[in-house]
Amino acid sequence: MGKIKSLEELMKIKENTLKDLKMRDTDKRGKIVVAMGTCGIAAGAKETLKAIVDVLNEKGIEDIAVVQSGCFGLCDVEPTIEVRIGENEPIIYGHVTPNQAKRIIEQHVLEGKVVSDLVVKRGEL
Amino acid sequence: MRKPITILVSIDSNSILLGARHFKNYLINRLEHYNLTELVDVLETGSLGRYDQGVLFLLLPDNKMYGIKDTNDIELFVEEQLLKGRPVKELIVEEIQTPKSVEAKKVTEEERIVLKRAGKIDPKNIEEYIAFDGYQGFAKALEMKPSEIVNELKASGLRGRGGAGFPTGLKWEFTMNVNAPEKFIICNADEGEPGTFKDRLIMEGDPHSVIEGMLIAGYTVGASKGYVYIRGEYFESVDNLRNAIAQAYEYGLLGENILDSGFSFDLTVRLGAGAYVCGEETALIESIEGKSGRPRLKPPYPPVKGLFQKPTVVNNVETFASVPAIVLKGAEWFKSFGTPSSPGTKVFSLCGNLVRRGIVEAPMGTTVADLIFKYGGGIEGGKMLKMVQTGGAAGTFIKADEINIPLDFDSFKNHGASLGSGVILAIDDSHCAVDVALNLMEFFAHESCGKCTPCREGTRLIVNILREFSKGRGTLEMLDNLYDIAYTMQNSAFCGLGQSVPVPLTSILDRFRDEFEAHIGADTCPVGVCRFDKKKKKARK
Ligand SMILES: Cc1cc2nc3c(=O)[nH]c(=O)nc-3n(C[C@H](O)[C@H](O)[C@H](O)COP(=O)(O)O)c2cc1C
Ligand code: SF4
Ligand code: FES
Repeated sequence: MGKIKSLEELMKIKENTLKDLKMRDTDKRGKIVVAMGTCGIAAGAKETLKAIVDVLNEKGIEDIAVVQSGCFGLCDVEPTIEVRIGENEPIIYGHVTPNQAKRIIEQHVLEGKVVSDLVVKRGEL
Repeated sequence: MRKPITILVSIDSNSILLGARHFKNYLINRLEHYNLTELVDVLETGSLGRYDQGVLFLLLPDNKMYGIKDTNDIELFVEEQLLKGRPVKELIVEEIQTPKSVEAKKVTEEERIVLKRAGKIDPKNIEEYIAFDGYQGFAKALEMKPSEIVNELKASGLRGRGGAGFPTGLKWEFTMNVNAPEKFIICNADEGEPGTFKDRLIMEGDPHSVIEGMLIAGYTVGASKGYVYIRGEYFESVDNLRNAIAQAYEYGLLGENILDSGFSFDLTVRLGAGAYVCGEETALIESIEGKSGRPRLKPPYPPVKGLFQKPTVVNNVETFASVPAIVLKGAEWFKSFGTPSSPGTKVFSLCGNLVRRGIVEAPMGTTVADLIFKYGGGIEGGKMLKMVQTGGAAGTFIKADEINIPLDFDSFKNHGASLGSGVILAIDDSHCAVDVALNLMEFFAHESCGKCTPCREGTRLIVNILREFSKGRGTLEMLDNLYDIAYTMQNSAFCGLGQSVPVPLTSILDRFRDEFEAHIGADTCPVGVCRFDKKKKKARK
């Protein structure tokens, strides 16, 4: 890092760093909850989680938190994730492989369209 | 590379004593073991505000606070919370459950100015400071005329946070107006006050805010050299500050021709040896000059003749840390916090017999009762509050029924409770007033530098008399004597140390006179604390 010579350069560092720090924010537009129960992990929840993070990174989506939670109790459709955007009713998706995770982010998170074929439940669990 | 989960480990001196470093390494080791390193970032941050629950881990973005006491707790935390996403209830540090806790939380979160970043950013990373408005106040200051900055500060009503509460804008104006080839900025980070640790937490958690405040001061008054005078035993603060200064040089925010403005500023850390009197500004100046830390005769005051007889601004850590936000956001914004005569917020250090000890930033004018019950969680162990000392060692004692007093710079004048450096020492009913007074006066006798007679001899006499009381040999005449000595010291001691000893002494005598009198001619200490010499037969508790 060279010396900062102007306010513009200072603001540039600010912007870049803020992007990195967004991950720590607690108030976001929405969040994706990944069920990490034993059966979820066995069914590949870890890979799903990783894929979600990668896709969010790739697309520069910063206002969505990724949170892990315990078992949702939906063992037969693991890996499961829950997508909550703002005040909308939460949607639970099942059988979320890394590829499906990408679809969910592209359609649901970015365009606001629920991916119906993967939905296992609408509303609070 | 961004990771979805961040764990902030509070690394400050108190937490380090509780094992924070070891816990952090252990946590990293466990994350590796479970192959979680790609998902979880472990970062160090300053104090997260409390110590009674072990080392605090803040899990983000979940915003769950864990109190870690040993490595078993870490195992549980990793296996349950991280691997399975199941919160470990017994390790989660709850908000204190008082009826108003929700409100209290909001207040503290919204009204943080000085501690806004502490506990949120990595203090070792200048870019994180910059991300949260860092150095923007300074950049703005460079576009202003020095007199405009002084006017903004004066309008903001900012008063020194080191104890005396002198208006900061006015102080800077004095120094700005003196024509001198060389001027200095000194940050008073001596923090010798027992029970105070706010300055340390600012320096550990957000060291750049102090540097930025000093830079603005330097530009305003026309100084190009600054010193941070810091207690030698504040290892973490010294480390973080030195690291921050090195980074500021690297990024061109210290040194020659900063931000191409033509303004240059150098900053050095000086270590103090821990004498209480060295926190007094002129003694501190002597100490930086390499002499022994004894106060000078005032006037002349440091803004006119300070370090090496040059005009010098001396301000407290918290004062400097308040400045950047005022310059950036303006006086009006600052005045929207606190009271008309004492705007802004204050970092209070809560200590003594409280459920929750630690620091809290609250608006000026917050009552002692709120500090103790809302933020401090009330009295520990189901005991009753007996008295509170506000404002530090030289502050006043008030009784439990007086705690609705709001604390600001005028509360001493109006209600007889001092704000001082913001220490709130709660004392429960298992303590004896004589014993409390004796302990405090022993502190002053020890710290008196010996330069002047009223303080050197006065503190010794006070201790002797209080010892007599604590042995059951006090008399009414001795009580009168104490007031006499207090009067003499207040009026003739050479520096603020000796002059302020009477404040705690007479306030505890006034308020607990019956307890002092109950020690006279009694067989045992009425509270059961002091150990009286054996009289007639065996007199014990
Ligand atoms: C005995 C004594 C000890 C003091 N200790 C400190 C101290 O530890 N830290 C501090 O900031 N001010 C301390 N002061 C106050 C300083 O003399 C000075 O007023 C202060 O640093 C000015 O900064 P401010 O205007 O920002 O408060 C002490 C004063 C006395 C008389
Ligand atoms: S008042 Fe006490 S500390 Fe101050 S100069 Fe006199 S002896 Fe020293
Ligand atoms: S000469 Fe020392 S006190 Fe008088």
